[in-house]
Amino acid sequence: MTRTIHLSLDINGQSHALDVEPRVTLLDALREHLALTGTKKGCDQGQCGACTCHVDGQRVLSCLTLAAQVEGRQITTIEGIAAETGELHPVQAAFLEHDAFQCGYCTSGQIMSAVACIKEGHAGSDDEIREYMSGNLCRCGAYNSIVSAVREAAEAAR
Amino acid sequence: MRDFSYSRAGSLDEARQATLAPGALLLAGGTTLLDLAKCGVTEPETVIDITHLAGLDAITVDEEGIAIGALARMSAVADHPGVQAALPAVTQSLSLAASAQLRNMATIGGNLLQRTRCSYFRDPATFPACNKRNPGSGCSAIGGVTRNHAVLGTSEQCIASYPGDMAIALVAFDAVLDLGTRQVPVEDFFLSYADAPEEETVLKPGEMILAVKLRNSAAGMRSTYLKVRDRQSYEFAAASAAVGLEFEDDGRTVKDIRVALGGVASKPWRARAVEQALVGKPLEADTVAWAARLAMDGAVSYSDNLYKIELAPRVVTRAILTVGGLA
Repeated sequence: MTRTIHLSLDINGQSHALDVEPRVTLLDALREHLALTGTKKGCDQGQCGACTCHVDGQRVLSCLTLAAQVEGRQITTIEGIAAETGELHPVQAAFLEHDAFQCGYCTSGQIMSAVACIKEGHAGSDDEIREYMSGNLCRCGAYNSIVSAVREAAEAAR
Repeated sequence: MRDFSYSRAGSLDEARQATLAPGALLLAGGTTLLDLAKCGVTEPETVIDITHLAGLDAITVDEEGIAIGALARMSAVADHPGVQAALPAVTQSLSLAASAQLRNMATIGGNLLQRTRCSYFRDPATFPACNKRNPGSGCSAIGGVTRNHAVLGTSEQCIASYPGDMAIALVAFDAVLDLGTRQVPVEDFFLSYADAPEEETVLKPGEMILAVKLRNSAAGMRSTYLKVRDRQSYEFAAASAAVGLEFEDDGRTVKDIRVALGGVASKPWRARAVEQALVGKPLEADTVAWAARLAMDGAVSYSDNLYKIELAPRVVTRAILTVGGLA
C-alpha cells in the first residue's frame, strides 16, 4: 500500500500543495512534482552539491532533505534568486562574466552555494572561497573561473 | 530507498517512546539516515522527525564549561565564539568536517551517531557479507581494498573505522553525553568492534542523546585538531589528532596533556599511553616523537592501510608540537 502525505511547501515565496510518499526528498519534490528542474540531481547521495538549495536562508542539500521535513520553512531555489524584473542575481551575472562553467550541470548548485557563502562572510580570500565551496564539485574542472566569479561577486557585495 | 511512514514527534517523551518500536528511527539532520537508506544499509519502517522539538539546539557557555544541545547544527557550534575560546579543538574538528551544506544540516547528536564509511558496509547489493550489517555473514573488507580501514580496535570480524571528527575532540576532553536518564562519558558511549561489530554504541531503544557536556580546562583552551587527508577539504581523515596541553609554571614541563586519534580506529581513540609518557617531562621534539609512537601499540594492518601506522604518530607529534609552540 502506498502511503501519501499532504504537504504545503513555501518555495520562492509561493505556496505549493502536493501529495507525496513520505520518502520523497525535497529534490524529487521540486523536480518531479513541481517542475522546478533548475535544481539538479547529481550523485543523489550528498557528495556533489548539485542539488544545493536554501532553507530559511541556509544552504542545504535537497537530496538528503525530506520534503516533509521542510514544511513551514522558506525554501529558495535557483529559480527564485533573480529579481522580479528578470535582472540576474549578481552571483549569476558573475558566473556568466567569468565563464564559470563548461557543461553547466553543477552551476545552479554552485550559484546557490556561492550566494550563501558570500552572505555567511566566507568569501574573504581565494583560499577561503575554495574551502567553503568545497561541497560543490565541478567535473569539468571550471574551478578557477568559479573562484573568480565568487570573488568578484563578494567584492561587489561589500 | 524503501518507503517508510513519517511522523513528527510532538514531545521529547513521544520521540523516545517511538524508538521502542522495531524499525523506528529518529530523523534529525538526515545526512546519515537518508544516505544509508539510499544505500540500502538501513530500511526504516518509521521515521520520526525530531527537528521540530524546541529547546534541544541550545549552546551554552559559562565558567564551568560548555553544553551543546543534540539538535544544534554543526555550523552553529563551529561558528560559536565561546566554543572557539574554550575548546578550539572542538571548533576545528567541526570546521574541517564535511561541507558547508552538510554542516548546516547535520546535528551534533546525529554527528556522533554517523556510521562507518567502509565501502563494503555501504554496498549491500555487491557485498552481502558484512558482520556489521548481518552478524555472522563475514567481512568483505578483509582481503579487499583496505586503504581507509582501521588499524586499532579491530578484530577478524570487522576492520571498519569510525569516520567522525568531532567525537575525537570530545573524547580527548572527557565530554559526557546527557542521555536523559543517565550521563555517559563519550569514551564509554562508543564500543570497539572487537566481538560484536553490529553494536556501535551503548544507546538503547527508548534513549536519545540530549546534549554534549564539556568542562573547561587549561588543556582545552590550548588545544588543536589536526586532520590529514587525501584532499585538502571535504574528505574524511586518513589520520587525525585532537590534542590539548597545559604546562607547569616553568612554561616547558607538561602538566596535563590530552591526545585522541581519528581515522585510524574502530571508535574515537584516546591515546592515554602517549599522555602518560609525556606528563612531567619537558616538551621536546624528540620526546614527543618517541611518545607518539606509543599510540600505535597493538596496531594491526591489512596491507593497504599500513601507511596509517606511520602517519598517525607523525600527526600526533605535529599536533602536540603545534600547541606546545615548537612546530
